[in-house]
Parts: sequence; C-alpha cells; structure tokens
Amino acid sequence: MSKRKAKEDSGANGECISQVQKMLRERFCHRYAAGKLFGVEHQYRHLLDLLKRTTVHGESNSALIIGPRGSGKTALLNRVLKELKEMKQVRGNLLEVRLNGLLQTNDKVALKEITRQLNLENVVGDKVFGSFAENLVFLLEALRKGDRSSSCPVLFILDEFDLFVHHKNQTLLYNLFDVSQSAQTPVTVIGLTCRQDVLELLEKRVKSRFSHRQIYLMNSFDFKQYIMIFKKQLALPAEFPDESFAQKWNTNVQHLSEDKIVQDVLRNLFHYTKDLRSLHLLLMLALSNVTVHHPLITASDLQEASKQYRTDSRANIVHGLSVLEICLMIAMKHLNDVHEGEPFNFQMVYNEFQKFIQRKAHCMYNFEKPVVMKAFEHLIQLELVRPIERPNIRAQREYLLMKLLLDNTQIMDALQVYPNCPVDVKQWAASSLSWL
Amino acid sequence: MRVQVTDYRNIKMPNLEHPAYPAATLLQLESLVPCRESQVSLLLSIFGERHHFSFPSIFIYGHTSSGKTYVMQTLLSTLQLPHVFVNCVECFTSRLLLEEILTQLQSCSPETEKTSQVHCDTFNDFVRLFKQAVATQELQDQTLYIVLDRAEQLREMEANILPAFLRLQELTDRNVTVILLSEIVWELFRPNTGCFEPFALYFPDYSIGHLQKILSQNHPPEYSADFYSAYINILLGVFYNVCRDLKELQHLAALNFSKYCEPVARGEANERDSRKLWKNIEPHLKKAMQTVYLREISSSQWEHLQRDDEELGQLKGLSAHTHVELPYYSKFLLIAAYLASYNPVRTDKRFFLKHHGKIRKTNFMKKHEKTSNHLLGPKPFPLDRLLAILYSIVDNRVAPTANIFSQITSLVTLQLLSTVGHNDQLDGPRYKCTVSLDFIRAVARTVNFDVIKYLYDFL
Repeated sequence: MSKRKAKEDSGANGECISQVQKMLRERFCHRYAAGKLFGVEHQYRHLLDLLKRTTVHGESNSALIIGPRGSGKTALLNRVLKELKEMKQVRGNLLEVRLNGLLQTNDKVALKEITRQLNLENVVGDKVFGSFAENLVFLLEALRKGDRSSSCPVLFILDEFDLFVHHKNQTLLYNLFDVSQSAQTPVTVIGLTCRQDVLELLEKRVKSRFSHRQIYLMNSFDFKQYIMIFKKQLALPAEFPDESFAQKWNTNVQHLSEDKIVQDVLRNLFHYTKDLRSLHLLLMLALSNVTVHHPLITASDLQEASKQYRTDSRANIVHGLSVLEICLMIAMKHLNDVHEGEPFNFQMVYNEFQKFIQRKAHCMYNFEKPVVMKAFEHLIQLELVRPIERPNIRAQREYLLMKLLLDNTQIMDALQVYPNCPVDVKQWAASSLSWL
Repeated sequence: MRVQVTDYRNIKMPNLEHPAYPAATLLQLESLVPCRESQVSLLLSIFGERHHFSFPSIFIYGHTSSGKTYVMQTLLSTLQLPHVFVNCVECFTSRLLLEEILTQLQSCSPETEKTSQVHCDTFNDFVRLFKQAVATQELQDQTLYIVLDRAEQLREMEANILPAFLRLQELTDRNVTVILLSEIVWELFRPNTGCFEPFALYFPDYSIGHLQKILSQNHPPEYSADFYSAYINILLGVFYNVCRDLKELQHLAALNFSKYCEPVARGEANERDSRKLWKNIEPHLKKAMQTVYLREISSSQWEHLQRDDEELGQLKGLSAHTHVELPYYSKFLLIAAYLASYNPVRTDKRFFLKHHGKIRKTNFMKKHEKTSNHLLGPKPFPLDRLLAILYSIVDNRVAPTANIFSQITSLVTLQLLSTVGHNDQLDGPRYKCTVSLDFIRAVARTVNFDVIKYLYDFL
C-alpha cells in the first residue's frame, strides 16, 4: 500500500474510530440494552398489555417487576414505555411520575416529588408549599376527582421499591395502592425491586390492596444465547456512517464469537454471573483499547479485560505489605490453624512471631515490640484484621480480640507472588506445626 | 471461580499517547507522574475523548501513598478536564459533602464569577440542583468527574449515599463519572442488597526500585545524586522490611540526611567512603526506628538532638514518662495487683500460704495448659483478694488505713490499675492490672522482690 493511501485510510479511520467509541460507549455505559431485548418476550408482552389497558381502556392496575441486579428491569420498562408512546391513542396522553427509593428516603420527600412532577397547583417553580398532610389530601383529591373516560391516566414508577417499604407506616405505598384500587382516574403503580421476598415486607393492609401481579426477570438464557447476545451488543448498526468500516467491524465480531479463546473468556464470565451488566463492563474495557493503530478488537483484548476484571483485590493489597506485616499474617494463620478459627489478640500473635525468630535465631527480624505493634495497627487500618467488638477505652490494645479476614489459600497464593520474599518466611508459612 | 493473582514483575512502562490531547501536554503529564505511567495510560483510555461516556463509577484502591490522590489531581488538572474534588473525611456528613460538590461545581463553569452558598439537605435536592448546575454550555459536552477521596467514610453516612453516588450517571441522566479513592477493598463496601458495581482499579504499591527512584529525586543541590542515592539505599536497607509507606520514608530521609553528611562536612571522610559513612549512620537509624518512626519524640526534638550531638542513650520518648516513681507501699500494691490479675484463683493457696498442699491438675487444666494467662490478658479481681495478697507479700504488718485505699485510687488515676464493672456494685469494687511484665519486673527489682517466683505461668 502506498504511503499516501495509508495516510488517507488512517485519516478517515480517526474520525470513524471516534464515532465507534461514542456509539458503543453510550450503549455500554449509559443506556443499557438499547438494542433488542433477549429472552424476555413473554414479560415484555405482559407489561405492554398491562400498560395498554391503563392508557387506552382506563383500567387501574398495580404490578411488581422482580429480578436480580442487572437483569434488565429498568431497561424493559423503558422499552415498553417507548413503544407505548409511539401508539396513536397514547401520544401525549400519559402522565408519568418516576420515584427512586435511593433519592426519596422518606414519605415527605416522596410526596413533594410527586407533586412537583405532576405539576399540581401548589408548585411554584421548584418549591412545593404546604405540609405533608395538606399535600397528601390535595393529591388524593386530585386523583379521585377524575373519571375513566376523560382524565389523563397516571403512571407511578417506583424504582428500588424495597426501600419504600421501610418508610414509616408505609404511608405512601398504602395510599398509592389504595388509589389504584378505588380512584376514578386510571392509575397504575409499577414497582421495580431486586428482592424476591419483597411481598413479605409489605404490611397486611398494603398487601391486600396490591394486585399480586409479579413479573419475573430471571436471566434465563443459556450459553449459546449468551454468545448471540455478545455478538449483538458489539455489532455496529446499519445506520453507521462509514459502511465499509462497519462491515469490517461486524465480520470481526463474528470471528471473535467463534474464536476458542473468546469463548473461554465468555464461559468463565457466564459461570460467574449471567447478568448483562458485567458483560458490558468487560466489553467496555476491551473497547477502550481501540485506537487508530488498533482499530479492531482482538481476542487478547478480551483476555486482558477479563484478567483485569477478575483480580483478587485482597491478594493485591497483601502484595504491598512489608515483610514484618507478612510475618504477622503468617503468625495469625498459624494461630487460626491451631485454635481452629478462634479469635486471637496481639499478644498471642507477637508470641508466635517471637517463637519464629528464636527458632531461626535471626537478628534481622528482631524488632522492638512497639514497632511490631505499629505494623499490626497498619493491618487493622487496612481492615485485613478486624476486632470482634468495639474497642473499649479502658481495655488494653494488646489484648483486644480480633479475627483475620483472609483464609489460608488466599495467604498462600499471595505469598507465591510476593516480591523478594525471604526463603525462611516462606518455609515458615508452609510448615504445618504438626508437632502440637 | 478461580481468581487470578497478578504478577507485577514484568509490566513495561508505555509512553502516553492519546488522540484527544496534544502531545506536549501528555509529555508534561508523564514527567509529573513517575512510575505510574501504566495506570495513567489505562485511565486515559477509559476516559476516552472529552465528550465520550465512561464508566458511571470507578473505584480505585491501593495502599496509602501509592499515589492515588496525587495522580488523579495531576491528571485532571493537567488535561483541564472539568472535575470536582472532595475529601470525605473533611466533609464527614452527607449535607457537607453534597453542598461542597455543588459549590465546587459553580466554579467549574466559567460564567459565574462568585460562588454562593448552596443549601442541600437530601440527595433528592442534590440531583435536582446538579442537573441545573450542569446545564451550562461548557459542561454539556464534556464528561464531568466527581472524585471522592477517602471514600471509606461514605459507609458511615446514611445508607443511600454510597449506592446513589454509584448510580449518579443514571439518576441524573447526564455525562458524569464518579471516582472513589480508598485503601479498603471493594468487598467491604458493598451494601447488603447489592448495588451498581463500579469498575475496580488497583494502584500497585511501589517496588523497591521505584521507591529508590522517587526518593532520590529529592536530593539537595549541594551534594551529588550518587551520594544521595547511596544514602537512600542505606535508609531503605534499614526501614524497608518494616515500612513501605512513601510519606514516612520521605520524612525519615529528610530528617536523617544531615547526620549522614556530618563526616563529609567535618572533613573526616569524602563522599565515596561508604564504610565510614555507614558506620556513622547505622546506629542513628536504628535509634530513629525506636523513636521518630513511632512518634515517641517529635521531629524537632530529633533535629535538636542531632545538632547538639548528645548521647543517644539519654533519649526520653513518650512512653518513658510512664515510669513514675511510686511510694513504697504503692509498689507492693501494684505487684500484688499484677499477681492477682495473672494468677488463677485456685493457685493463691500454693503461693501465699505457709503450709500448702499440692495442686492436683484436672483433665481440663491439662488440655488448656498451653494458653498462658499472659497471652489472654489480665483478669479482674475483687478488692479483698488484692489486700489478702498484699498482706502476705509485705513483711511488716500493714494496717488497712485510709492511706492504703487512697493509694489504690491514685494507682487507678495513673491508669496502672483500671476499674472493672459498674460504680455502685454491691459486691465491692473490682480491679484489673494494666501494666506489662517488663514494667512490673523493673518495679519489683527496686524493692528486691522476685515477682517471677510468684507467677503461675513461670512455674
């Protein structure tokens, strides 16, 4: 290829790579599963049907969408709403109120937020006037006054529904479900939660007003479908401006999905967690390596991303400890072996350490007790060792009982990669103290 | 799932390059962050171009002084990315934290001249005010970075703060990335019902080569770089096994350099006489480990000591002040208290009676013989037992006058004894002895009392 042609190619690619990054990053980080949804057609139709009945026929309803974190509950709901709003009868005719358990931490805030989003008459700019009781009465009256044929249907979406359950007396939930059973305005309440036992958390009067309609999203696809999902998530859509590059990209994705290494990486991830969020994290990491000099994702990119994702964080922290701190950890490991996991205190650990020094007659590790104490306190600060109860001011620090938060295999693995580990320390770690 | 343990021995340091930023800026950035090039390069590739979306939340963890705060601040300010930097120890309640973020946001956009105080009580208000603040033209295209340093304090605030920050991109529907910096691993942060998982990035600790490189950069201009690196070598040789914290090592290096240069300054040796320099500095560093490293004496006292060239043995650290001179009977009270704390009750007969029988060891005692009482800590004892032991170890008759009782109270005030249990107990006060074995041996030596003979653990 002549130099000028190569330059032209790379010039076009720079702009093109930027576009690819923009599009895929938005897909992976910002709006999840913007493409088709996988394996949830049944739930999709159920929810669409439910919402259609509210908006078109004026029926009030309530439902809960339950599924583990990252299984696509919010994505499903947003897709359904998008399709609904495209329908002729619904356009502009639906009032939406979105609440989130993380933001509205008590009923007062929640009620103000509802009033603000519905833009009722007691809202001026951003400020909501009136007390909690006044606002509640006003809202309920407003909702009760309408009728099925002429009022605008209202849709309440409660994200992190299990957090609303912990509010005082569950007032908000009671009133919302009550309104959905008895009011004239068509009202639908949809809750999204990750807790499967959420119904048991509801009070009896709230539970009886709930319609017990539950939609489950259980990530019920198998590995073959997972690979198809992987392909679809990485593929560039047909509307991409640079068509030849899009074609090259999509062929590459097809090759990747058939590559053995990539399949191993995906299988490892699939066995760990099925939800699409972790897949997106992995793909995002692999995508960040795409530059003008490296325009297509390779199998080694995915392998690197997988390694980055799966590092053991505690082993990383142990890697950075000093030799004295490692010796203390080994002493704690031996104490755990001998006393079968019973809690220990600093005095016991120091005693064990002294036994090691005397056995090998090393003056190199012969540190004063306060220096050893400082190393021990560093381990407490890193939360590798945790006291069992809150430290009392009166109790001496050396006799406070602690537990080690690492297990033996983690310690031995970490010692393997510890840089410049002295040989006698390693031998001490591996010795089994069978003479006790 | 089998986890991988990363081996950091063979990682090469790449040069930074990125299409979105000019090469000159990147070169400047590279010079400011020695030994951290690969982390910066990874962060740059994750951030992407200014308007690209990135992970909604990133969690960066690593040891203290591994450069997390410094690298983030340098990266964001050199590349002039819009950011807000907050320390969670400084803003220790949620209200302080949220108000600080909003106040700093005002100065991010170039249109506002003055920053006014914002009021923000709840996260709900924060989301609303945040959306308003980000609506300016400059910020709308670029990713905004919110960096929360010492993020482990977020666990102490209300339960919704940490999960809400992790999802801030979704809750506000804006291009924002939250970066959490901490020493503690992510598993200890995760709430019970789960949350949005951030991307976890590890800042590796500095290897001994890196430490040497970074510490050698601070060499004072009067001496050559080689001379200073030899000094750093010796310092690391003494302290590396105990401490790898860069800040501590920098502090120690700065304090002890003048002592190292003394032979050269006095003309006794030249710069290359390594053995003489070593012999001069080594006991000094060992003494430093017992005092300045433990913060027993302040660094100004240490420098004073070096200048006056006093005998190192006369050094009095903080813990030396616990050796107070006690009156005669107080010493015996303390010894009696120590014996009462560390001897089990059934052995009192053997030690303190003239005609005692043999103690038969039951099965229970044989099984638990290995755990000496000195490992488990002092046990509480009632006042009567203390007085009984006191009478048996003091030769002349001691009357239970108020003097003795007031001495017990003053021992409690000195925190050599501590009271156990509630003040108005019906059975009488119970105490515990809180001194160490070395201390009690020193005290017993002054009254010619062999305390080891009376301790059960040393039988």
